[in-house]
Amino acid sequence: MQANKIEIIDADSEKLLRISMEGQLALNLEEMQAIKKYFFELGRNPTDVELETFAQTWSEHCVHKTFRGLIKTPSGEVDNLLKSTVARVTHELSPEWCFSVFEDNAGIVDFEGDYAIAFKVETHNHPSSIEPFGGAATGVGGVIRDILGVWGEPIANTDVLCFGNLDINYSELPTGFKHPRFIFNYVVAGIGYYGNNMGIPTVNGAIIFDNSYITNPLVYCGTVGIVNKSKYRREAKVEDILILAGGKTGRDGIHGVTFASTELGDKAEEIFSVAVQIGDPIEEEKIKRALLEIKDKKLGNAITDLGGGGLSSAIGEMADTFNCGAMVYLEKVPLKYPNMKPWEIWVSESQERMLVIVPEKNKESVLEIFDSEEVEAMEIGRLTGDGLLKAFHEREKVAEISIEFLFHSIPRVVRSAEFKENVLKEPEFEMGNLGEDLKSILAMPNIASKESVIRTYDHEVRASTVIKPLQGENHDGPGDASVLKPLRNSWQGIVISNGINPEYGKISPYWMAASAIDEAIRNNIAVGGRRIALLDNFCWGNPEKPENLGSLVKAAQACYDIAKVYRTPFISGKDSLYNESSSGAVTPTLLISAMGIIPDIRRAVTMGFKGSGNYIYLAGDTGKELGGSHYYKLNDCLGISVPKVEPEKAIKTFKAVTEATDRGLVSSCHDLSEGGLGVALAEMCFAGGYGAKVELSGVDGELREDFILFSESNSRFLIEVSPSRAGEFEELFSDVFCSKIGKTLEKKEIVVFSRDKNILAEGLDCLKKAWQTGVRL
Amino acid sequence: MADRGETLRLEDVKVLIIRAPGTNCDAETKDAVFDMGARADVVHLNRIIKGNISLEDYHGIILPGGFSFGDMVRSGVILGKLLRYNLKKEFDEFIAEGNPVLGICNGFQALIEADFLPGLDISLALGKNISARFEDRWCHIKRYRGGLFTRSVGELVKIPVANGEGRLILPEGKEEKIYEELEENRQIAFKYATGEGKPAMGSYPENPSGSYGDIAGLTNNAGNVMGMMPHPERAFYRYMYPDWTRDYGKPEGYGDGYYIFKDMLDYIVKKL
Repeated sequence: MQANKIEIIDADSEKLLRISMEGQLALNLEEMQAIKKYFFELGRNPTDVELETFAQTWSEHCVHKTFRGLIKTPSGEVDNLLKSTVARVTHELSPEWCFSVFEDNAGIVDFEGDYAIAFKVETHNHPSSIEPFGGAATGVGGVIRDILGVWGEPIANTDVLCFGNLDINYSELPTGFKHPRFIFNYVVAGIGYYGNNMGIPTVNGAIIFDNSYITNPLVYCGTVGIVNKSKYRREAKVEDILILAGGKTGRDGIHGVTFASTELGDKAEEIFSVAVQIGDPIEEEKIKRALLEIKDKKLGNAITDLGGGGLSSAIGEMADTFNCGAMVYLEKVPLKYPNMKPWEIWVSESQERMLVIVPEKNKESVLEIFDSEEVEAMEIGRLTGDGLLKAFHEREKVAEISIEFLFHSIPRVVRSAEFKENVLKEPEFEMGNLGEDLKSILAMPNIASKESVIRTYDHEVRASTVIKPLQGENHDGPGDASVLKPLRNSWQGIVISNGINPEYGKISPYWMAASAIDEAIRNNIAVGGRRIALLDNFCWGNPEKPENLGSLVKAAQACYDIAKVYRTPFISGKDSLYNESSSGAVTPTLLISAMGIIPDIRRAVTMGFKGSGNYIYLAGDTGKELGGSHYYKLNDCLGISVPKVEPEKAIKTFKAVTEATDRGLVSSCHDLSEGGLGVALAEMCFAGGYGAKVELSGVDGELREDFILFSESNSRFLIEVSPSRAGEFEELFSDVFCSKIGKTLEKKEIVVFSRDKNILAEGLDCLKKAWQTGVRL
Repeated sequence: MADRGETLRLEDVKVLIIRAPGTNCDAETKDAVFDMGARADVVHLNRIIKGNISLEDYHGIILPGGFSFGDMVRSGVILGKLLRYNLKKEFDEFIAEGNPVLGICNGFQALIEADFLPGLDISLALGKNISARFEDRWCHIKRYRGGLFTRSVGELVKIPVANGEGRLILPEGKEEKIYEELEENRQIAFKYATGEGKPAMGSYPENPSGSYGDIAGLTNNAGNVMGMMPHPERAFYRYMYPDWTRDYGKPEGYGDGYYIFKDMLDYIVKKL
């Protein structure tokens, strides 16, 4: 198998573009011209291996060229969106507890003593659209490897999924795309398969339905891991050995990254089916065992996973990181079948592979450890001092590229953004039957119970999930955040939560992003979390379209504005920017994942009511903020009054809730999000097995009752407090809005009054039934 | 290790936890044994097959949960057959000497597939749950009649299951006869029950898998080999329970699963 020469040094623009297109390289003209110039100066044409190396390394997926590029907006230029928004928060706050941020495969923050915690969230959208089981499973496998790639031990998974509505008619589906029901069932199965088999509990998540996800489902996969700081090694040097360990290399996953960097067409399945990988969680479980032993014995100098771009990206990035060159012998790579071409070996994204860089003296010990776990491992090359990335195949040199050029001469992308104001207006309608409305909202798919899905995930393997995703009397209440107790001899816990609300993105990407941050943080605070670190995951439509980029810029700016005031640094993030097909782009969707700590898990708070006769408080301001709310959606409108965030004010509420939690004053606490007060109250009743009686006039004397009940104003909590602790509790909230709105009842019903007039009375059974049957796996 | 006649101190007790590729509950199972005050070694199956490790050096064996070999073909079958064809003699001797063997979830499946359970001249199987799904769910099991592992365990035990294939299947046509034999031999250790302690009678989700006769755990005839689908190591402390925040005893207190390990270790220390 030889490498082919590709004629580019004499090619004109048209031919350059054709080469990029036909080779599925996803390189634009400027990039092709830069490559042409590089090889012209060398006086030779590139091989297919070399051209592929550029396609992988310069892909949107690998370098995030939009986020790092130059963006022209109507209000001036943005030079590197990442640095000027998300990463700027972290840079300006510079918390001393951040161990490694935006640098390695995952963000790492201190935990306790020598222990640190790593968190990474990835997306695996395009593969899941084509092959939902395999796409989702390998999404999980991939992000677990990111944790292995910082010498971490994976301890928990999270997943957030977005699908088209399950009730859509087949006749309405665009040609070439699969029904959301099919995608939903198989994505869930794929996530459970990988996490369960590897023995990593899936502890937190969300599922969102919206028709903009029909052709572009979103699959966010996250993993949390434990890292020993004293055993975290990232210091490879010239002459160190490159060891490739894990599964064999095949043709699966070829062009995954270029696939991820283009829009999906109706022929995507035919063209890109080879881009979807095949997952084997048991292989990864074995690799994990071996890597943890290598870590404990400090035998490696560096490690990284093989993800997008396969060997070409992993080896190139490592060489660049350590200011080395690298020499690789492709014939040494164990293959699934013979006759793979050198470039295929070089860019294959076959799963369950890791690259470990070890000093010569430790090579044998490392290979022995892999062997003892029945993991195939092979020396495939070494780091060199010449600054060149060289690949050989059976003595033939198939690539030789300057690392400096490959990583530091990427033509900077210049894109234009425009800010489009949506022409929307606030609806007007009469208040209807609030009991019926509450029941309908509880059954709406984004609010309805996800228990049938959560049960198929093992959420308690490792026996450290101490606050679980399902809570309450019958273990069916929706927890705000999960808490892990990762260390045997410590009560300190990790608190994992998320925030996402694409509905708001239809009105304002800025406030959508602000709300997602607020939601992730308040979920964390509700169970007792603090010292919160954030992760951002943007899923957008094609950024080459100015309006898509405009909304991205707005959302990123919100990340800076809000997170800065909350003093919550971003520690890692990812963007997936081509979630678009001929039927349109996804609704701008930002997932914010939050990771806090709780000093003593025994102080953690769950969301189900704990007794009857306890007071119910509503903390935080309620306004007429129903734009994008479920109540408006129920009434077939979107509105414009999207919930905003006032971080300076909210932070006082957050502090008061944390203080009340630490003093043991909080019997239960639940954040208010989709469906507002009505839904939060109902969920606390469902989980607790107690009813509630509330009076709305204390919340806001002016606002119509339905708006009070279903407003989605941010930064709010419902808190249950025993009457004996009420005085102390109220004192803590003296400078924050916090209103005693009612109390819990033995009788299983929800009764709502407004100025002593009964406006809602519903039995829990019938409400709960609606909520539990809204979405079924 | 059959040092009968001597008094054994708990801290000298050594438990062997066997793992295979895909075993994934070994760490928390080891923690459970450790927290009881005994010693535990997690050892790869290959090292035992190669003879690097001998069963004789241990007082008890635990086969923990997981997805050994990816549960290809059927759950636990590859591990079970490997045990049977490589270590049958060693296991038979270990068991015949009265040493305890506990199989949890995938370990139970492997003990069944190895025919170490029920130890009669019949083969049983753990088949796909009636729900046709993997399910993680807390349920209640009732102590029934079995052996040495249930002496201090409360009558009604709250404990989680997490499996896709936990439904005990008896040979077709002979179900009742075999069930009676198991019952007569006092081999049924646990049965799924309602929260009030009434028999689940096959109802879902109280009997989460649809297991025959609500059987959640079985022992051999002598009572020193037990397999169970629920996970005692996940119910070791109260803080592992899904509802401990509801004034359900102190979070640091012991959960029901603790007593299964306690019975196993007590037996090792006090037997004779």
